[in-house]
Amino acid sequence: MLRLEKRASPSRAWGMATPLLAVVLTMIAGGIMFAILGKNPVEAIRTIFWDPLFNPQFAAYSRPQLLVKAGPLILIAVGLSLGFRAGIWNIGAEGQYIVGAITGAAVGLAFYPTEAWFIFPLMVISGAIGGLLWAMIPAVLRTAFRTNEILVSLLLVYVAQSLLSSMALGALRNPQGGGFPGSRNLSQYPAAANPELIAGTGMHWGVVAAFIAVIFAYILLQRHMLGFSIRLAGQAPRAARYAGVSPTRLVILCLGISGALAGLAGLFEVSGPAGQISIDFASGYGFTAIIVAFLGRLNPVGILLAGLLMALTYIGGELAQFMLGLPAAAIQAFQGMLLFFLLAVDLLSNYRIRLGGAK
Amino acid sequence: MDLGGINPAVLIASLMVASVPIMLAALGELVVEKAGVLNLGVEGMMIIGAVMGFAVAVNTGSPLAGFLGGAAGGAILSLVFALLTQYLLANQVATGLALTLFGLGLSSLIGQGYVGIRPPLTGALPFGPLADIPVIGRILFRHDWMVYFSLLMVAATWAVLKFTRIGLILRAVGENHDAAHALGYKVRRIRVLAICFGGAMAGLGGAYVSLIRVPQWTDGITSGAGWIALAIVVFASWKPWRVLLGAYLFGGITVLQLNLQAAGARIPVEYLSMSPYLITILVLVIMSSGRGRIAAAAPAALGKNFHASR
Amino acid sequence: MEGLTKAYPGVVANSDVSFRIRPGEVHALLGENGAGKSTLVKMIYGLVKPDSGWMSLRGQDYAPAEPSVARSLGVAMVFQHFSLFDALSVAENVALGMEAPPKLRELAARIRKVSQDYGLPLDPDRMVGDLSAGERQRVEIIRCLLQDPKLLIMDEPTSVLTPQEVDILFQTLRQLAREGTAILYISHKLEEIRSLCDEATILRRGKVVATCTPREKTARELAELMVGTVLTPPERSAKPKGDVALEVTGLSVASPIPFGTALKNVAFTVRKGEVLGIAGVAGNGQDELLLALNGELRTSPSAVKIAGVPVGAAGPIQRRKAGMVSAPEERLGHAAAPDMSLVENALLSGSVRKGLTKSGFIDWAGARRFAEGIVQQFDVRTPGTDVAARSLSGGNLQKFVVGRELSQAPTVIVINQPTWGVDASAAASIRQAIIDRAADGAAVVVISQDLDELLEIADSFAALNEGRLTAPRPTQGLTMDQIGLMMGGAHGMEVAHAEA
Repeated sequence: MLRLEKRASPSRAWGMATPLLAVVLTMIAGGIMFAILGKNPVEAIRTIFWDPLFNPQFAAYSRPQLLVKAGPLILIAVGLSLGFRAGIWNIGAEGQYIVGAITGAAVGLAFYPTEAWFIFPLMVISGAIGGLLWAMIPAVLRTAFRTNEILVSLLLVYVAQSLLSSMALGALRNPQGGGFPGSRNLSQYPAAANPELIAGTGMHWGVVAAFIAVIFAYILLQRHMLGFSIRLAGQAPRAARYAGVSPTRLVILCLGISGALAGLAGLFEVSGPAGQISIDFASGYGFTAIIVAFLGRLNPVGILLAGLLMALTYIGGELAQFMLGLPAAAIQAFQGMLLFFLLAVDLLSNYRIRLGGAK
Repeated sequence: MDLGGINPAVLIASLMVASVPIMLAALGELVVEKAGVLNLGVEGMMIIGAVMGFAVAVNTGSPLAGFLGGAAGGAILSLVFALLTQYLLANQVATGLALTLFGLGLSSLIGQGYVGIRPPLTGALPFGPLADIPVIGRILFRHDWMVYFSLLMVAATWAVLKFTRIGLILRAVGENHDAAHALGYKVRRIRVLAICFGGAMAGLGGAYVSLIRVPQWTDGITSGAGWIALAIVVFASWKPWRVLLGAYLFGGITVLQLNLQAAGARIPVEYLSMSPYLITILVLVIMSSGRGRIAAAAPAALGKNFHASR
Repeated sequence: MEGLTKAYPGVVANSDVSFRIRPGEVHALLGENGAGKSTLVKMIYGLVKPDSGWMSLRGQDYAPAEPSVARSLGVAMVFQHFSLFDALSVAENVALGMEAPPKLRELAARIRKVSQDYGLPLDPDRMVGDLSAGERQRVEIIRCLLQDPKLLIMDEPTSVLTPQEVDILFQTLRQLAREGTAILYISHKLEEIRSLCDEATILRRGKVVATCTPREKTARELAELMVGTVLTPPERSAKPKGDVALEVTGLSVASPIPFGTALKNVAFTVRKGEVLGIAGVAGNGQDELLLALNGELRTSPSAVKIAGVPVGAAGPIQRRKAGMVSAPEERLGHAAAPDMSLVENALLSGSVRKGLTKSGFIDWAGARRFAEGIVQQFDVRTPGTDVAARSLSGGNLQKFVVGRELSQAPTVIVINQPTWGVDASAAASIRQAIIDRAADGAAVVVISQDLDELLEIADSFAALNEGRLTAPRPTQGLTMDQIGLMMGGAHGMEVAHAEA
């Protein structure tokens, strides 16, 4: 019989190896799933993980997409990871992403068609504030009334989605859109647009922000007392209080940062790749970012890599849909599976598995 | 009697129907949490139950088989959660989220061939002349069997938890797993069974959504009902009868806002449709603001993993 | 019962242990923390299976696969901790410890009867979380008695009792022994064993080192058998005390812990160089007092003053700045983060007074030097400072925690249970370190349930009882009776015994 034995100290080697192991296991299980769907598993895996990057036929289109998709995922996941480390579960990043996009776009549209240098920076700020304020709802309810932030932040996603459709149909609707839902296209309004900065790379301001967030979070966690407090609060909440960490401050801070970053991601998306506020603007980045955060082991550098990998599954998934007729939902299930395997193998970094009978 | 085009008897009757999915899911989750496990994957298990129930019902032509299929689907998914949290000691919050994300993806994968199909009909139970009693007959005696089944489950859950030995052991495990282990109870086995029960109930709730409440299959059909069920467990302070109350409250709001939409109220549709979620948040706030009462009512070992040392 | 023998050659816990208990005998199992007592009783109770060796119960082979088998064969156990359920009633708790319990109403009646017969009054309908430590122990004992045990195992039963309650417990146990029950009594308290037990088996590092009749040995002889070395009591200086360093007045605060005890109007002062010992049975407000003193629990500003400055509303960081350090009872999870390295754990409370941060940025090299200094100075046995705190043994971690606090040049020191679960030599060095720091002029508050420890190191003595603190008195000249009364007597137990 297998037996678990707690390691004296968490294993660093396994900490690095588990995400890779999880990816491999997911590929195997995913391959089985694709085979059940009647597709050639090897071909499907290759189409998802290899072709977007290295097949000359698709790479020209796909490679820039990698950064376009990874940018928001990384930006949101870095914010979430701080909270997750502290045991503060913001799972409503999707809502904060939507609200950030709405507030940012609203500011931009308010200036239409003025051309001025300050419009885009102002949109960035209001996008961040929008996400931050939306995240403050669960934060304040948690600190003032001890209301569970998991449920509140999640329920607010549904509220934000209703808000989004009301905005797309009402206040922000393009007056020249012939009655169709959706706002003016911001990417065609130069003062408010978030363009591709270097042609052919997919690099836009959101990707820049994501890289900055990674560096910022890395320094915070490694070198700063605040980062130490965050880690401490997550690992040993009572020890954190003993050390003098204020739980209230931490909740506000972690939800605030993750909300602001999610809001930023929404703003960069709506002013760049998406272009407009529309009913189907919400694409699930806020939820996928949860997987990215865990896949990166809540480590900023890990999240960077995980974000790129997850972006690859999106792009590869689209390609597989196009080339092999693989259903889009299969990719979503595939991503969920990845999180399962990750959580399962995570055990290895804290426990040793021993063979042996008696307890 | 009409209130702005809304008939109160019809309203009550339809809120009883509307509350069934969350009532079943919340009851299941209540048992799980009483055993000290926090499974945030209710939404995922519900939607798997919804699609499995739908698929089985369509293929067999039997709604009953559909419900069994839904329960089985939810239970199987919950076993993944049980394996991860009870045997591989994964974080319960993260695993619950994974369950939901995976469930949403898998359900739409399974459901692809079923969009636009109508499931076999589940009829109302024949109560004969009782159904014709004015008002009361409309409210109480014209429902399908699942409505009565869900009420029965509330009573059964209450009685089992309060009066039976298995209920006592379950509560003990959720209260202090180390003590339960020291007395020789199989903490892990009991928790796995509770998780499985929770999954089956969530699956039943999901199947009710796709087979009776809507009734058809679309992606994301449960639209947050699982999360609301989780909130209702907190609202109910882990008491089965208050789950009934919470589910009716929520069902009432849902039905009311739908009726207002249909009646062409002045408020935009989007704001009406966000109201159930906002009210759920409000209720959560009210419940948790009572000084430490929630903390005292919650099972003490909730969300903590158990690993017997030596 | 014919005899109970077991041999168990293993690497860690027990190796080749054998002993026998006769019916009606009170048999002591004596040993230090970590000597293997708990593992041994877990095997007898069926929680752990031995690797080899055998047991017999009343002439029959006895190899319980699980506790329910042990219970059905007449083996009952009163645990040291972890076996009651706070949110369940007394009757429900008792039912959980029984095979095939009767209906709750019937059970309640039986609980009343047994509690009468043995002088252990208890209301079956009360919630266990609301009971005092002594009452909780009664629940455990009654749970055992209802099963009419042939062998009763008591694991460190007196650690939660006042001296008077201990007397009453002993009367109950003697009554049981007269009725023919064999009792296995586990303890490291020598005086108790000498007064109660007929035979003693002494364990050291998992092995039986001696079997003796405790009444024929002195406490000192027993101690040497148990520890293996001769211990020297700490040296104390009788220097005059200085100014008031810590002043607590009218400290009342609700408990943040579920089923905790609120502090009610606690008041005391501690001078520089003085050690105040605060005794009390577990659960009478010790944890809350520590939290209120170290700033984790805020009160009105003037309730706590350090060197005359009100800090009652200040948090832990400000209080550290003011010169106070503290060490909570729970080492893993409260005083230290289990999964963090010793360096990180040194930073945890040392960042303020050791200046380990500059505008919020951490000086990791400084933290490492600090941690290494603690390890060296306090003889912490560890492979290095990068290992996780949880990998250290209890005694070593406690030395690290206490060392971390004492090496911050504090003016006020608050420690809860400084030597709980620590082996004797580590305990001695911790006590000596505390006394040394007091000699250097620090004001020290030691909260402990170990009376011997307090009498050894404290200059003045007070007791917590249901959140109230008695007025401190000089330790010298206090009798055990006086101490017992300060700790709150026997919570009404003696009445029942007087009737019996």
